[in-house]
Amino acid sequence: MSDNYTQIGKSVPRIDAFEKVTGQAKYTADIKFSNMLVGKLLLSPHAHARIISIDTSEAEKLPGVKAVITHKDVPSKRYGLSPARWDENIFCIDKVRYIGDKVAAVAAIDEETVYKALKLIKVDYEVLPAVFDAFEAMKEGAPQIFEEYPGNINTEIHQNFGDLDQAFKDAYYVRTDRYDGQRTYQCPLEPHATIAYWEGSKVTVYSSIQSVHYLQYYLSQVLDLKMGDVRVLKTYIGGGFGGKMDPSGLDFGAVILAKKTGRPVKMWFDREDMFFNNRGRHPQFMNITTGVTKEGKILGVHADFVMDGGAYTGLGIASAYYAGALLTILYDFENYKFDMLRVVTNLPGCGAQRGHGQPQPRYAFESHLDNIAEHLGIDPLEMRIINARKPGTLTVQGFRVDSYGLKEAMEKAREISGWRDKKGKLPQGRGIGMGNGGFVSGAGYAIYRTDLPHSVATIKVTDDGTSAILYTGAVEIGQGSDTVLCQMAAEAMGYRYEDMKIVAADTDLAAHDLGAYASRQTLMSGAAVKQAGEDVNKKILDTAAEIMGVSNEELDCRDGIVFVKSNPEITKTFAEVARTYFVKNGQLIGRGSYKPPKLGGVHKGSAVGTSPAYSAATQVAEVVIDEETGEIEVIEAWDVHDCGYVINPALLHGQVHGAFYMGMGEAIWEEVLFDKNGKLMNGNLAEYRLPTALDMPPVASELVDTVDPNAPWGVKEVGEGATTPTMGCISNAVYDAIGVRVKSLPFTYEKIWRAIKEKK
Amino acid sequence: MQVVVDNNGIKRYLVTLNINGDSYTRVIKANTLLVKFLREEIDLTGTKKGCELGDCGSCTVLMDGKPVNSCIVLAVEADGHEITTIEGVAQNNKLDRIQESFIENAAIQCGYCTPGMVLSAKALLTQNPHPTEQEVRTAIAGNLCRCTGYVNIVKAVLVAADEQ
Repeated sequence: MSDNYTQIGKSVPRIDAFEKVTGQAKYTADIKFSNMLVGKLLLSPHAHARIISIDTSEAEKLPGVKAVITHKDVPSKRYGLSPARWDENIFCIDKVRYIGDKVAAVAAIDEETVYKALKLIKVDYEVLPAVFDAFEAMKEGAPQIFEEYPGNINTEIHQNFGDLDQAFKDAYYVRTDRYDGQRTYQCPLEPHATIAYWEGSKVTVYSSIQSVHYLQYYLSQVLDLKMGDVRVLKTYIGGGFGGKMDPSGLDFGAVILAKKTGRPVKMWFDREDMFFNNRGRHPQFMNITTGVTKEGKILGVHADFVMDGGAYTGLGIASAYYAGALLTILYDFENYKFDMLRVVTNLPGCGAQRGHGQPQPRYAFESHLDNIAEHLGIDPLEMRIINARKPGTLTVQGFRVDSYGLKEAMEKAREISGWRDKKGKLPQGRGIGMGNGGFVSGAGYAIYRTDLPHSVATIKVTDDGTSAILYTGAVEIGQGSDTVLCQMAAEAMGYRYEDMKIVAADTDLAAHDLGAYASRQTLMSGAAVKQAGEDVNKKILDTAAEIMGVSNEELDCRDGIVFVKSNPEITKTFAEVARTYFVKNGQLIGRGSYKPPKLGGVHKGSAVGTSPAYSAATQVAEVVIDEETGEIEVIEAWDVHDCGYVINPALLHGQVHGAFYMGMGEAIWEEVLFDKNGKLMNGNLAEYRLPTALDMPPVASELVDTVDPNAPWGVKEVGEGATTPTMGCISNAVYDAIGVRVKSLPFTYEKIWRAIKEKK
Repeated sequence: MQVVVDNNGIKRYLVTLNINGDSYTRVIKANTLLVKFLREEIDLTGTKKGCELGDCGSCTVLMDGKPVNSCIVLAVEADGHEITTIEGVAQNNKLDRIQESFIENAAIQCGYCTPGMVLSAKALLTQNPHPTEQEVRTAIAGNLCRCTGYVNIVKAVLVAADEQ
């Protein structure tokens, strides 16, 4: 069928490529308004301290300072991206809870004045004992960070499906492993910026945000504004990876400073601020126990995890649930227990980074499965094949998985990587490993409880039909959503991608959408766009039928041409028909709306992990380790992905490359470090080590064909799923190379060197 | 360099930079960074700020043909020098071959590193028209990209070089 598509399934150039390659593209911080002030946040120098008093008088007196605000000037209503735990204030009221916590903000005529003013704000603190380790935080007598979280336990999950005790009794082999994750950050290259200005009672907010909807919702909730009075939009966004999901101090600060001064205010994070505010990946401490038959069939799994949440919750409850929820998707087993404690500490709050709660558990589980396969004397890839989930099945928690090509992905990866010739056969110091992963194609439920559609879309065909504009709330953050959604719109309309324009992610001018998270836009925004396109298409065919004197069933429209199906020589152009429609009926508009069906089970937390469709991926990596220094080099990588029907192959493979890159960074180099007082030690891009072009191996990215019945054209996600196998895959390659397991992330040269030494 | 002292006794320097072939004269403080000069004095916002510490390469411009991080160059140091920013790469709305190749090879995602990448590539190909893959990787090693894994960026530069 796909052969009939003219606009999708093609690597058309990005719709924003020209603007980006010429430097024309304006990111938030590039925008200027006349009379604009600049603002910065004052951050806490203490990890845990009571605020005795704040004196802003000296700062206010500094020439050029136009406003200084603290908690006294803003609503005291608490917020957090997930409404399950609203525990954060715009500015700290009684206590600061980490170094970098938000205390005040200044607006002034220029950057230099702002920094001078921040130094003049006098905050009197009573320093309190602090705790920086999740296990220490749970001990009796540990400093209490929030009254409402006794023992510093913020979230406690206990899920039990099937009969795990019996499964372990029936098992031939039961094994427990412990693996530890680390704290990493998204590090989008564009630091977050916000500009706000007021016109009467209405405020406009430009923000580097992954969801204009949630920011609009939270601004209106916390500041007690009508949603209709808050306009949130983004221009170009320089990457997100989860770091630009939460409403930030910049967003609240800029809105309030702009109100107070009556002038536009621009605020931004510098690079170190990004580490304080970006809600990085939770470090997880993972005990995992699995019982298997002699043949390697998994009978049951117990995931017993602790995660360090840092100071606030944000989206952290969802991270905690995701950590366990998605472990059951890849392999089919009937008995599963998931225990999780999310603990608060005096470090920056954690949230969602690419793959959300899942990449570290995936690393633990994939490493653990290799250990089991080794014990059983089975090839780890073959053992995974016998456990791979089949399409059209339910997980033990009740998630329905329709299309699913994990087995095929593994078979293809085995072939293209030369697995059989390499596994266990490479010389000492060289190794190959594999890991599997996957993700939801959009979450089944919105972050806050709502009956709103998840995505709507509107298409307006311009008066003479020579172009059409797609209005969507989907947020282009670099992944290519503007491009694929325009391809989808054109396909559904019978139009041409080249004639599409897009107005996206503006709560006034575009249409509603929940935004760019949980890998949701291709499927969910795409579903609304497809409907809107079909609505236009129907109106075009009806109008053409009148003009051409045939019934609309006899007509089709593709690539901008309406034709008689039985005689494709008889045609009218789309533009001509659209113009006729406009003359007769007014503007030609198509509308679409999407909301997922009710999904999931009835247990507590059953919403997290639901999705209309699940992707699957296998990665294989080959590493070389210098046994003298512990230095690890990834020399080649292979990814085979089941991501349903592919709208734009070039963009898709680009996602795979970037996802592998990020997973490799987290596997080997990336980790934020704090000193004994909770002070960030490497909040910059030299010492927080993002891989460079010299570190990146060649990546072969291939696909298996599936078409998901629950998605427009059968699409599924790719952007997050492709980062979930990587750490386990590299872990297994390291083990294959040196015969000893490094049990914590990242696999630094030192850890590898020590592991080799201890083995000897 | 001419110096003007303001009422507060702060010195300001009269500088003239040649930017993308045009001459711009401004009076600036000694601590004005080149990136700030370009973005705020001349409104050339194609030069991006990613770290302001010389780590990420987003602010790469060419100074007399050589790539520099404009966040660790003072505008007074650039006085009298020729600066090329991303806005000066395309000529009369005609893209440079490197820019076309970035588009054709899907080397752009969020686009934030793109201006710096294009300029580092431009400097490389001007000096070494037929680089090896390793030479391309070395030339862009100071330009971080968080989206692409550099795969298609390296490809785009090599394709552009092949056609020269």
